[in-house]
Amino acid sequence: MMPLLEIKNLHVEIDGKKILRGLDLAVNAGDVAAIMGPNGSGKSTLAYVLAGKPEYEVTDGEVLFDGEDILAMEPDERAAKGLFLAFQYPLEIPGVATMTFLRTALNAQRKKRGEPELSTPDFMRLVRDASGKLGIAPEMLRRAVNVGFSGGEKKRNEILQMALLQPRLAVLDETDSGLDIDALRIVADGVNSLRSPNRASIVITHYQRLLDYIVPDVVHVLSRGRVVKTGGKELALELEQTGYAAFQDEAA
Amino acid sequence: MNAEVRAMKTAAEQALATAFASAKPTLPGDAKVAALRDTAFRRFDAAGLPHRRVEEWKYTDLRALMRDAKPLAVPPDDSARASAGNAGAMLRDLGARRITLVNGCAVPELSDLLDLEDGLAIEFLGAAFRNGDFWAIPPRVGVLASDDVAVSLNTAFMTDGVIIRVRQGAMIERPIHVVHVFAGEEPAAVFTRSRLLVEDGARVMLVESHEGPAGKDYQVNTAIEVSVGAGAHVDHVKITSEGTGALHLSTLMAAIGAKARFNTFGFVIGGAVVRNQLFIRFDGEDTVAGIGGAGLLNARQHVDTTLVVDHAIGGCQSREVFKSVLDDQSHAVFQGKIIVRQHAQKTDAKMMSRALLLSEDAEADHKPELEIFADDVQCGHGATAGALDQNLLFYLKARGIPAKEAEALMIQAFVGEAVEGIEHAGLREAIMESVSAWLAARS
Repeated sequence: MMPLLEIKNLHVEIDGKKILRGLDLAVNAGDVAAIMGPNGSGKSTLAYVLAGKPEYEVTDGEVLFDGEDILAMEPDERAAKGLFLAFQYPLEIPGVATMTFLRTALNAQRKKRGEPELSTPDFMRLVRDASGKLGIAPEMLRRAVNVGFSGGEKKRNEILQMALLQPRLAVLDETDSGLDIDALRIVADGVNSLRSPNRASIVITHYQRLLDYIVPDVVHVLSRGRVVKTGGKELALELEQTGYAAFQDEAA
Repeated sequence: MNAEVRAMKTAAEQALATAFASAKPTLPGDAKVAALRDTAFRRFDAAGLPHRRVEEWKYTDLRALMRDAKPLAVPPDDSARASAGNAGAMLRDLGARRITLVNGCAVPELSDLLDLEDGLAIEFLGAAFRNGDFWAIPPRVGVLASDDVAVSLNTAFMTDGVIIRVRQGAMIERPIHVVHVFAGEEPAAVFTRSRLLVEDGARVMLVESHEGPAGKDYQVNTAIEVSVGAGAHVDHVKITSEGTGALHLSTLMAAIGAKARFNTFGFVIGGAVVRNQLFIRFDGEDTVAGIGGAGLLNARQHVDTTLVVDHAIGGCQSREVFKSVLDDQSHAVFQGKIIVRQHAQKTDAKMMSRALLLSEDAEADHKPELEIFADDVQCGHGATAGALDQNLLFYLKARGIPAKEAEALMIQAFVGEAVEGIEHAGLREAIMESVSAWLAARS
């Protein structure tokens, strides 16, 4: 079976600094893959490169999503193909109403896929259901995107976007950071509810804690820009015990 | 040497002098009005067109930008009147009372002067010259900015305009929309002078729109004097959507009484060279003024907003929010001066001007000035200029929103922050629709 995402020998620099150095990774449809690793190992860079952030320069390698090389695609094209990045630090967009943002995003993706735009009542129903499940108050939806939101609210808003956009591959970049235990559960429920045989998730995290709630099928350890170890969910527990020091030495 | 060079009049200055001499006998008004015109023209003639060494015009060198003077516009013929019928379409849904001036001349058949609300009087300037109403003006109005060069030229040449009076306590619900249209075929100059005189406790909303055909070479000099009585509530909105070849000079002179509410907003979406001047003076305590504007500029448009807010008396609050969006080789100028007189304690004034540059070749010059003579005041100003935030654009694009649409969302948000200051919801929507249309046309 062809993996949903296949990364081969990926080399990435930012401002001339090498971050990813020959990263190989495959994620199968139906799987939740956890990516763990010490600070500076390239976890967030990987997330940004997948989403298409412009300042990252890919100097070698390829990224196949559903068999198609996405590196030359604009971020919005990748999103329409079903790739979603939940940002580690979701941005505030003053003056853009959350509902406008959600609707524009949803309809832009539908349009690109040749699907009809959602009617207002259908859209409202969709948002109401999804936000209800995530404990997002209607009052929050009336505000500008993430403006005046707490850290936890911003993360929940990311998960709301994910729930609405129903991506085929969700990349969650340290979505657990800054979340209390209740918010963590809500976020995990959001990710778990997307689990299906034709979708996959990449959960990037520094700590094992989130993986108690989102149980991964595969755990990859990233160090100095490469995957240095791959294992089952027990690898996360092992890391919790031993820390990352061993892997940093290995990579060096 | 320099003195000799200065003695040489520019082509435009010479043409204005010739035009004034020849038009004088036919310009409306009695001997007293003629004397007023003479004085004003002499004031202009002595100073000449302002240039970059005149501080108030530093970034808008009128001597360079106004290469010649156009002949006075002729009154509109039938076809000009007919073409003006569709003017101001952007505001059609407001249900406003429309008053129309074409080529600077009143057009009664395109003006809705029937069934005026109690306490509302509207007459054209031409009529006011004939019946002497021209001189019935509160003394504190008519002295503001009278030495300004644009105002001097306006006074010298004013042909027509609208005088709106709102009597004490009258609540005029229906907005009044004064539609200014240029519909001439030949290059021409238009001079209109209007007044909005609102007595104590009254309420009214005035919208002015100024438009003309693309590619036509014409000049507009428009001025409005505003008097806001104690406890009155006045909303004023000016929409400048002149044609691509137009030079548009505009001056608002407002004197505001105590415990009043005055809002003015300028939206600029057209014209080759636009200068919007606002001279606003607080004459009574406990008044709140919201002064704002937004401009969308492209091609080689030059748009200057020059503001003087005079806190001549204490206890008033002013909020200034101006935004400009600049594409191509356009140039935006914002000069905002807040004066707080020595006795104007407890003044609360905050000014913000922001420019969003969409092109490497666009230029924004912002010059905030605070002149504070009182010691117990809250005053602040801010000015920013920058490009669209690439991180925000990436965030929007990562959600599937294409670049152009993402930029449009952000530009709308940027402009929207200023447009929010308009109290009338229908007008806010009309302006934001116009913003959307501008963005959609952007390549």
